[in-house]
Amino acid sequence: MRPSGIGWMPAELNLRRRARRELDLDPRLTRRVLEAFIRDEIEKFGIQRAVVALSGGIDSAVSCALAARAFGPERVLAVLMPYRTSNPASRGDAETLVDQLGIPSRLIEISATVDGLLGELDDDPGPLRRGNIMARARMIALYDQSEAFGGLVVGTSNKTELLLGYGTQFGDMASAVNPIGDLYKTQVRALAAALDIPSAIREKAPSADLWVGQSDEDELGFDYETADQLLFLLIDEMYAPADLIADGFDPDLVHDLQRRVVRSQFKRRLPLIAKLSNRTIDRDFRYPRDWGR
Amino acid sequence: MQDFRLALAQIRPALGNLEHNLALHLDNIERAATGGADVVVFPEQSLTGYFLSDLVPDVALPRDDARLDSLREASRKIDVVFGFVEETSDHRFLPAAAYLHRGEFVHVHHKVYLVTYGLFDEARDLAGGGAVRAFNTPFGRQAMLICEDLWHPTTAGIVAADGADVILGLSSSPGRGVAGGTHELGSAETWRAINRLYASLHVCYVVHCNRVGFEDGVNFWGGSEVVGPDGEVLARAPDFEEALVFATLADAPLRRQRTRLPLRRDENVTLNGREFARIAAQRHWLDAG
Repeated sequence: MRPSGIGWMPAELNLRRRARRELDLDPRLTRRVLEAFIRDEIEKFGIQRAVVALSGGIDSAVSCALAARAFGPERVLAVLMPYRTSNPASRGDAETLVDQLGIPSRLIEISATVDGLLGELDDDPGPLRRGNIMARARMIALYDQSEAFGGLVVGTSNKTELLLGYGTQFGDMASAVNPIGDLYKTQVRALAAALDIPSAIREKAPSADLWVGQSDEDELGFDYETADQLLFLLIDEMYAPADLIADGFDPDLVHDLQRRVVRSQFKRRLPLIAKLSNRTIDRDFRYPRDWGR
Repeated sequence: MQDFRLALAQIRPALGNLEHNLALHLDNIERAATGGADVVVFPEQSLTGYFLSDLVPDVALPRDDARLDSLREASRKIDVVFGFVEETSDHRFLPAAAYLHRGEFVHVHHKVYLVTYGLFDEARDLAGGGAVRAFNTPFGRQAMLICEDLWHPTTAGIVAADGADVILGLSSSPGRGVAGGTHELGSAETWRAINRLYASLHVCYVVHCNRVGFEDGVNFWGGSEVVGPDGEVLARAPDFEEALVFATLADAPLRRQRTRLPLRRDENVTLNGREFARIAAQRHWLDAG
């Protein structure tokens, strides 16, 4: 037992409760900011269109719906890129959303591309490498559609997966603007409900769908709700791991998350440049991306 | 204080684009004048945009720069309060707020509290000011403070003690905090509390002009407002949208509220000065370790 701002109570209830309360999103306000963000940060570059890789999952559904509201449905292209082992239900869910939003869509199978590349390998790449190849094949197709449609790529990586490094660098992590990168997974869910994303998309188990039966939470070994609470307390509220353990969170999980965040830091940064001159890009040559805009 | 009409120009400047922003100022000044304003107030760094980094030396201007002539000219019609980055003769760059009247600089305030934490990195590129002063205008005694200055309650206390009837706050406040069970941005909630508190406790008008738009993904939330000496919001611009909002600042409410609540009369400036001098002397030794 220790004192807290809300009277005496078992300590482990406090931080968990605090995280739950502080993660509770105002969807109306969030939508307003994010729709304006997409419009503003793309229009500055003289472009009024967007492309989104729509997987059938909740993250891309939310990004797509936000973009459709920001620009109007006819200006947003959904790109569906299944592989032959992708769950057919994912494609069905993506198509339901396309119909609901009334946006144009484009189906690009990546099986031939991926299998072609896999056929060139002389070893068994295993599920991780295969997953990365699929994610990067999708990126190639998506950026081609960006050029063809004349729209910028709207990202679909949420804060939880970005912090955990649970994504493919230069694959699904690639985008021009990302409206949901500062929202934890559970916050994306709250926003999805406010955006009327079909319940089939909102209620299914999160999956990268890189192999049959894959489940994010099984693969990661923890559930998103707990991970979000812990990451929020560690990152946003700057609690030390010891504070969280003292508060009743599983020590192994706290350390595991902490390690994942540190280990994946490279994915969240541009490639390192060897410093030689007095003014090195991004180190001491620091201009905003919105330079002059 | 002479009664006057004030316009809040809640604009969306382009980052590092003086030409674009000058045109934006002239348009808003014109519309403010047409709307009967005596004074128009712009946000922090309204002429340059906010997250400048290495753009600072490209957009900094000495106050006699010819590129400011059109603004000075426009101030022959109504008074203009705007934000820019001032370059001194020894080539320091200071975030500045200027009060223009009939083509002349009545006063320039340099931001005294540069903000260098979290998402801010001002002290890398900018130098801070060294004075906090109220000044006389045709419309009463006023003072300008810039954004982070107002997060230090002492600055508002100083300008109130210096006789400011109107505190003009110029901001580029990033919107953040969309969760936690609140229905407005966390940053907006704090600013509204600050504005009401200063107006009520210093028994003066607080004018807060904040910008809108995005820079590198960061939103500026707007919500510019004028708060009267009783803490009542007299005018407020919408959140997130460009706007030009008018309010009348009159002497009668100042008189009435200062009669009811003579906090300003009773403020003991001598005591404050003595105690701050003592603390500063002690801090000198503390800071030196």
